[in-house]
Amino acid sequence: MPEQIPQDSIGLVTPQTLHFDQPLELECSTVLPGYTLIYETYGSLNEDASNAVLICHALSGNHHAAGYHSMEDKKPGWWDTAIGPGKTIDTNRFFVVVPNNLGGCNGSTGPTSTNPESGRPYGPDFPFVTVQDWVVSQARLADALGIHQWAAVVGGSLGGMQTLQWSITYPERLRHALIIAAAPKLTAQNIAFNEVARQAIRTDPEFHEGRYIEHNVLPERGLRLARMLGHITYLSDESMGAKFGRELREGHLNYDYGVEFQVESYLRYQADRFVGQFDANTYLLMTKALDYFDPAAAHGDNLSAALSRVSAQFCVLSFTSDWRFSPNRSREMVRALLDNDLKVSYAEITANQGHDAFLMKIPHYLNLFGSYMKRITVGGETS
Amino acid sequence: MKLRPDQEIICQWIQPGSRILDLGCGDGTLLRHMMDHHQVEGYGLELDDHNVLSSIENGINVIQSDLDRGLSDYFDSDSFDYVIMSLTLQAMNYPDQLLDEMLRVGKQGIITFPNFGHWRNRLQLLLGGKMPVNRNLPNSWYNTPNIHLCTVDDFETLCAQKGIRILERTVVDRQHREPALLKLAPNLLGEVALYRFERLPYG
Repeated sequence: MPEQIPQDSIGLVTPQTLHFDQPLELECSTVLPGYTLIYETYGSLNEDASNAVLICHALSGNHHAAGYHSMEDKKPGWWDTAIGPGKTIDTNRFFVVVPNNLGGCNGSTGPTSTNPESGRPYGPDFPFVTVQDWVVSQARLADALGIHQWAAVVGGSLGGMQTLQWSITYPERLRHALIIAAAPKLTAQNIAFNEVARQAIRTDPEFHEGRYIEHNVLPERGLRLARMLGHITYLSDESMGAKFGRELREGHLNYDYGVEFQVESYLRYQADRFVGQFDANTYLLMTKALDYFDPAAAHGDNLSAALSRVSAQFCVLSFTSDWRFSPNRSREMVRALLDNDLKVSYAEITANQGHDAFLMKIPHYLNLFGSYMKRITVGGETS
Repeated sequence: MKLRPDQEIICQWIQPGSRILDLGCGDGTLLRHMMDHHQVEGYGLELDDHNVLSSIENGINVIQSDLDRGLSDYFDSDSFDYVIMSLTLQAMNYPDQLLDEMLRVGKQGIITFPNFGHWRNRLQLLLGGKMPVNRNLPNSWYNTPNIHLCTVDDFETLCAQKGIRILERTVVDRQHREPALLKLAPNLLGEVALYRFERLPYG
């Protein structure tokens, strides 16, 4: 619990929901008759609606990016290091909008929602959603909030993919795109990790073909394994070594299968936390959206061609120890942006925290990120 | 943001409205100045973290990259009117290859470097028997980033070997003036050398 809310926190925040009656035709050809998005906003929209920033979340993220829901919260939102008054994404300047993606499990319509056709939870019947579908649904949210053009769309990892897609789908609806620790498509290795995670979930005896809610059970073992695997890939060998090394929890070997090494304890703790708060079907959907993302595919695998209508200015950031979405993948994006003579800045941040670095309080990273945000002009400010 | 004297000369050499690539752009001062006063567009390449941050603060398009990797990661041939490299050539692992790269992606190249043939350097080595340490070369031999120092004559010999035509040359002294005397013995009297050049047509 925060005994008192820190000075630079946005403070107590309340999520909002918005229902959309307009059917949404998804890339998989299924039509979602209507849907709800849950979202949070921080700061206030200025007079000419020129200071709105969209934050796109990653695989296990949600709409609660900053501040606290109550004084009982142990932790603030997932990107509180970067969002708040005077912070990197300064809520004194910007109106920040963070939706939970469609297919999520935190309040937006997803597999745990009731399927209006059957009256049962969607479960495995929830249609496959793609990055492009999310972007279209977010654009409708922007319409509803009176935001014609984002000052910036910002995202890390899968959020960065949404940001890139935004610049392609709605070139005129964003001025800046900040793409952090992302990639223009997954590698075979990345898809392989996702497949192992999915198999862990789908082969859990409690999965029940995705209808576990109706059976009043959860595929806990599978989801735990998926999360543990994910966590290993979000860290680096170096950071795991520094954090845990070969440290033993009880100081001696027990010659059993209990928790002996600290790293085992950490993975089990992360898995425990995750199982209580994340839906297995959502996890499956999100990993599929990651696998499917490939904007160059429709252009003969030519990313530069895929970006030919893009007009936003870009800031691309990567981390040296990120092997899940390595700097090479960011360079591919930079190259394609340069091919189109777009304004782009790129920095490769030396950090040993692996993929997760994008969520961490790394001074040089936040300085770069914040300096770029300061370059973004909004109405009503004298430069 | 004040320009170094060699940067001021570079600004005089470029056509307003051109597309520029600045290799080793530092804190972005030169590119910022040219954007504000000469209507240029372009990118800066820079390796150092601190300089990349300053470049972003200065509002230029900066790409963090190692010039020793070449430019092929990012740039097609003939993408720029000018490729500029000021006081950076001597710190490169493969300066000769980078010269080729400059003229691959740019129509013209502009290079400035500290002239190792300056009389003060010669004197320090001749009389003192030690590697020169002075204003233009402030580091000791063991910790200097300047691993490929050359003289005005060395550079021009390389250009001749590579079929590079020198369009303009200036050498400046300690005060970055260009008195008449320097023109007579540039390799002896020039402290910093500046060149604008292009590739000779093949054949």
